[in-house]
Amino acid sequence: MDNAYLNMELLRFTTAGSVDDGKSTLIGRLLYDSKSIFEDQLDQVENSSKKRGLDHTDLALLTDGLRDEREQGITIDVAYRYFATPKRKFIIADTPGHIQYTRNMVTGASTANLALILIDARHGVVEQTCRHSFIASLLQIPHLVVCVNKMDLVDYSEEAFEKIKSEYESFAAKLDVQDIRFIPISALKGDNVVNKSENMSWYEGSTLLYTLENIHIASDQNHIDCRFPVQTVIRPKQDEYHDFRGYAGRVAGGVFKKGDEVAVLPSGFTSRIQGIHTMTGEVEEAFAPMSVTMTLEDDIDVGRGDMIVRAHNRPDVSQEVDIMLCWFNQRGPMPRAKFTLMHASNEVKAMISNVQYKLDINTLHRNEEETEIKMNDILRVSVRTTKPLMKDSYRKNRLTGSVILVDDSTNETVAAGMII
Amino acid sequence: MSKYNLTHLKELESEAIYVIREVFAQFEKPGILFSGGKDSIVVTHLARKAFWPARIPFPLVHIDTGHNFPETLEFRNNLAEEIGAELVVPLVQDSIDKGRVREETGKDASRNWLQITTLLDAIEENGFDALMGGARRDEEKARAKERFFSHRDDFGQWDPKNQRPELWNIFNGKKNFGEHFRVFPISNWTEMDVWQYILAENIAIPSLYIAHERDVIRRGGTWLPNSEHIKLREGEEVVRKKIRFRTLGDITITGGDESDADTLEKIVAEVAAARQTERGNRADDKRSETSMEDRKKEGYF
Repeated sequence: MDNAYLNMELLRFTTAGSVDDGKSTLIGRLLYDSKSIFEDQLDQVENSSKKRGLDHTDLALLTDGLRDEREQGITIDVAYRYFATPKRKFIIADTPGHIQYTRNMVTGASTANLALILIDARHGVVEQTCRHSFIASLLQIPHLVVCVNKMDLVDYSEEAFEKIKSEYESFAAKLDVQDIRFIPISALKGDNVVNKSENMSWYEGSTLLYTLENIHIASDQNHIDCRFPVQTVIRPKQDEYHDFRGYAGRVAGGVFKKGDEVAVLPSGFTSRIQGIHTMTGEVEEAFAPMSVTMTLEDDIDVGRGDMIVRAHNRPDVSQEVDIMLCWFNQRGPMPRAKFTLMHASNEVKAMISNVQYKLDINTLHRNEEETEIKMNDILRVSVRTTKPLMKDSYRKNRLTGSVILVDDSTNETVAAGMII
Repeated sequence: MSKYNLTHLKELESEAIYVIREVFAQFEKPGILFSGGKDSIVVTHLARKAFWPARIPFPLVHIDTGHNFPETLEFRNNLAEEIGAELVVPLVQDSIDKGRVREETGKDASRNWLQITTLLDAIEENGFDALMGGARRDEEKARAKERFFSHRDDFGQWDPKNQRPELWNIFNGKKNFGEHFRVFPISNWTEMDVWQYILAENIAIPSLYIAHERDVIRRGGTWLPNSEHIKLREGEEVVRKKIRFRTLGDITITGGDESDADTLEKIVAEVAAARQTERGNRADDKRSETSMEDRKKEGYF
């Protein structure tokens, strides 16, 4: 057996869409063509489709596994699907596209390297296209791949494709996305999904699968600003490791090397990295998203919630923070309500002190008059915390720039936010 | 591949270790639900990595239905001893003897549903507030929507429509007294990832996964192992076949496939070529279209 699997990378991407835009067909094709659907799964889906009186095989039934979803024929949650090619393993966060599912789209987008935006070639850029693209930009997904689908229904016309492309580009000028690509496809017929289309010789770009396999993702992580949120302290009780005091965590940014001068926040004490440990031995350097255990040269007080950073490159430490907030809960916050704010490995009490504006996610219009917070709203707010946060802007680092709010009375996650 | 990019297995490993450390940090009394299957073996291996050089700070909790493969029990005992982990083994037979549950009757009777009660009782008696399991989202459609940190109410029930959103790598493990969490560190792994990882890390697994000669019975489209718990039906006969198991559950409900894959390399190749899902031979999943969801809502693994 060859060892190619020891060289595969992982790409996480998100899709959003409604019943008719061909999203299920596209995902079905990616899974089917990469042999990720099994025969018994397909049989089961075919049987279920028949039972429901459908004349086609509804691939959504593959993952719309919850009883309510199957009965109502809708996706009500983020569904994760998996497939792999010899080059990469893919995790798809498949989310419903309607406005009432904004929170699911935000959830799916939070971990994605890439967003797949589907446009129906017959309809061009519609409200939903803008909404998905905006959420992708808000959540700082580094790559957007815009698939103009159902090209077979517009005679594979280059003109139709170019028109949609320029329509989208003029809208996307308002967004904060660096890398946007366009691919004309037919998910149903298979054009430019896995195989190059014979019907669109005018298109010289790559197929969707080739793009997914080759898009450069190594620089999606921040490898400049060193951030190591401490999850827990490891103190073995065995004699041979009597003096071992290791700080366990997952690198959130930068490259840490043995011997580096570091500072521990919020205390500000400095020391040097004595060693970076894993069960298979010490490593010379650790970078995001590696999980490692660090030891320091000096015996200083470090615990969960602290952050180890480079002495000369520190995050902002503050109790006042501006956040783009997405409200998830059916109930809006009570006036002056207090929350637990979770940020990296840290937890503090927090209060929303001011709503600056509410954003219309279809038009990007900022409404400063409306300040009532409702489910699926996206708002810019000021938050005050009881203890300092060691924070970066979300733009700089998605892991040290993100927070969630937890309602102390219900323990529910009621909102997620991106630090500005 | 660039110097500062992890392979897919390393990234999955790092994610799982992060999740396991969060469990340790956020809960008072966590444990690992250990079935003796490859997935819980991988979770245990990851837990060792997460706390090395300290010992694994969780007990291995094995719900013993009394219908085990003997190989599974032997493997479990050896592993616990080797890594110095405490073993907690609640018995389904005890739940039956105490009258907490009644043994199923009928031709497809199994102890699959029964172990839910044993598990929930064990959680209460031991005060576990988080149990980690090896369930993966690619295994079964009800699991595709499971969270890493999955909240259970004080009846141990799962409410799939009211799950907490999970964003980035922030996990909310807050709960009221009496409630607990199920945590799935390898949620994002596929069957293939698990096997590739076992191969890459050279992790010991029960011999049942490797092709071997065994007395079996043809039933329900699969080769069911012959055991003291099985009654032959009309027209059935015990034959000897070279088989291996893709998943391990109770000996009464786990079917094997004919296979010549007697090394890890051959198993990975076989998994790559497989056209049937791994749980296709599990009678417990075949009771209805949503049998996994129904069991999970009640408190199943």
